Amino acid sequence: MADKGGLKSRREFLAEGARTAGLIAASMAAGSLVTRRAEATVWQIDPLKCIQCGRCATACVLTPSAVKCLHAHVSCGYCRLCFGLFRDQRSGNETTAENNRCPTDAIRRAFVEDPYFEMTIDEDLCIGCARCVKGCNAFGNGSLFLQIRQDLCARCNQCAIALACPVGAVERVPVSQPYRMKTEVRR
Amino acid sequence: MRRYSEAIWILVGMFPVVPAWAQEQQRQPPPEFRSGYALPPLNAPMPRAEVFTVVDLLVLLAVLSLTAWFLLGARSRAGVRVLAVFSLLYFGFYRLGCVCSIGAVQNVALALVEPGYVLPWSVGLFFLLPLVFALFFGRVFCAAACPLGALQDLVLIRSRRLPAFLEQGLSLIPYLYLGAGLLMAATGTSFLFCQYDPFVGFFRFGGPATVMAFGAALLLLSTVVGRPFCRFLCPYGVLLRACSGVARWRVRIAPSACVQCHLCADACPFGAIRPVTPNADLEPRPVGRRRLAVLILLLPLLVIGFSALGHLASPALARQNRVIALAERVWLEEQGQLWQTTEASEGFWNSGRPPAELYREALAVRRRFGIGATLLGGWFGLVVGGRLILLAMRRRRTEYEADPGACLSCARCYAACPVRGEVSISLPHRVTGETGVTWSR
Repeated sequence: MADKGGLKSRREFLAEGARTAGLIAASMAAGSLVTRRAEATVWQIDPLKCIQCGRCATACVLTPSAVKCLHAHVSCGYCRLCFGLFRDQRSGNETTAENNRCPTDAIRRAFVEDPYFEMTIDEDLCIGCARCVKGCNAFGNGSLFLQIRQDLCARCNQCAIALACPVGAVERVPVSQPYRMKTEVRR
Repeated sequence: MRRYSEAIWILVGMFPVVPAWAQEQQRQPPPEFRSGYALPPLNAPMPRAEVFTVVDLLVLLAVLSLTAWFLLGARSRAGVRVLAVFSLLYFGFYRLGCVCSIGAVQNVALALVEPGYVLPWSVGLFFLLPLVFALFFGRVFCAAACPLGALQDLVLIRSRRLPAFLEQGLSLIPYLYLGAGLLMAATGTSFLFCQYDPFVGFFRFGGPATVMAFGAALLLLSTVVGRPFCRFLCPYGVLLRACSGVARWRVRIAPSACVQCHLCADACPFGAIRPVTPNADLEPRPVGRRRLAVLILLLPLLVIGFSALGHLASPALARQNRVIALAERVWLEEQGQLWQTTEASEGFWNSGRPPAELYREALAVRRRFGIGATLLGGWFGLVVGGRLILLAMRRRRTEYEADPGACLSCARCYAACPVRGEVSISLPHRVTGETGVTWSR
């Protein structure tokens, strides 16, 4: 090494120093990461902030969107003429396409007992457009709400819906609590 | 029990917008069922188990280690290629490109500035591992672990060398992009690197049209220009380049064995092999020295000037942030200067939050932008000034050298080198290689 001349050995020495410093810094950072064990995050919609603008259906990188409508039956009023199901202007009380708010006919209506009907969402058909959510929130109990289905979500580091959302309703949540359900007890 | 939903339907036309307080009300009291009806459960499928994150990290570690071994031990370009294809399939098409080490830079920046965001340990390790490997083995991450690099490398048919001025100019972009991305991430605005990732849309078979078109154009360019994204855009490459500069084991051309045939430099699609400088056309020393002195004196001026520009530009940059844009809108509406609401401002008014709280939040973000944009400007000045100084420092090379920062460890030069057999290399503790191009210190 000595016969290489002063410049080369000095450069080697500096590189060695930089490597050692880098390794120490990296191991300290890794150590603090492991000891803190901060959870990974996933994206989720805060249903109380959501304004049902419909961007969830189109902004998601997945087609169809990973956002689906969920139904908190616990706060549902079981309306016979459900505000989520029926369009504002309609020709009658039949669940035909021209009366249906849902563009993909994803809302299933089943008779429970007079006069109650149970509404369930067929999530395979749901595209997350929030039209039913808007109807239910505006005039019903708001038991329909949008959530990101975590088994479908691609978990982008920057959620495209979060960027498109005008009110910042899409937030990072810890992976152990990946949903923000609207399951308030009956009031 | 009489349902009054019919009556409410009549009101539908009267109140097109229902205020927030009404949303909290239980307009239709949930019924008491007599038929023993049980409420259906709320479907909540869980995300992929955290165990798989550990699998991802182990895969990354294995790919990095294997790549280093393929380059250092087996000296196999084929091995590197196989690993690159694997990474493209696993990290790209299977894992859909997230989370990657390039994007993790922004998570680190956000975690450093924003106390409310704690860096997940897995993301932190994704950020650190390739850098630590670069400290010792050069840019092995770029060689085979990065799906974006692998994609471009696989479509490269015949590389053309870019003119020096273009190469020098374009290679400044990653530094600027890194600065801009860090500013946007640290202010909680958006993750630019993810938003404008040109190739992630291919992995997901869909994405914003403009970004997809940009990606397609870049991929087309990759067939004739070696890895344009890696060399002229990748922000993580800036950090890898810095680490790789002091790497212990990396591609070196053994001076004693080199026959100066220029074949390795021709084989390198990334212009990372620096040939011997011609002796004749060097200008007289005093001229070069004077130019260097001027540039060194110019550096602080550039840094200060660009910092001032950055500071001036900070309000415009800050408008990219959702909180600031909303606060400005709400302010104008509150002052009566704007009569119509936007979706965002209407959402804010309906939330019942006091505007003062929003203004406070916006001011905090604006302050962060003020500092960040000034630093960003200073960084621009430093990068430009630093590059000018480096260009003015004409080092004379009497040997072929592989630039440790620019080398993407693709191993193409191994095959190109015509020198076979045992070769003595400059330092004793690395065993000799088969060709003139070896990995050594």
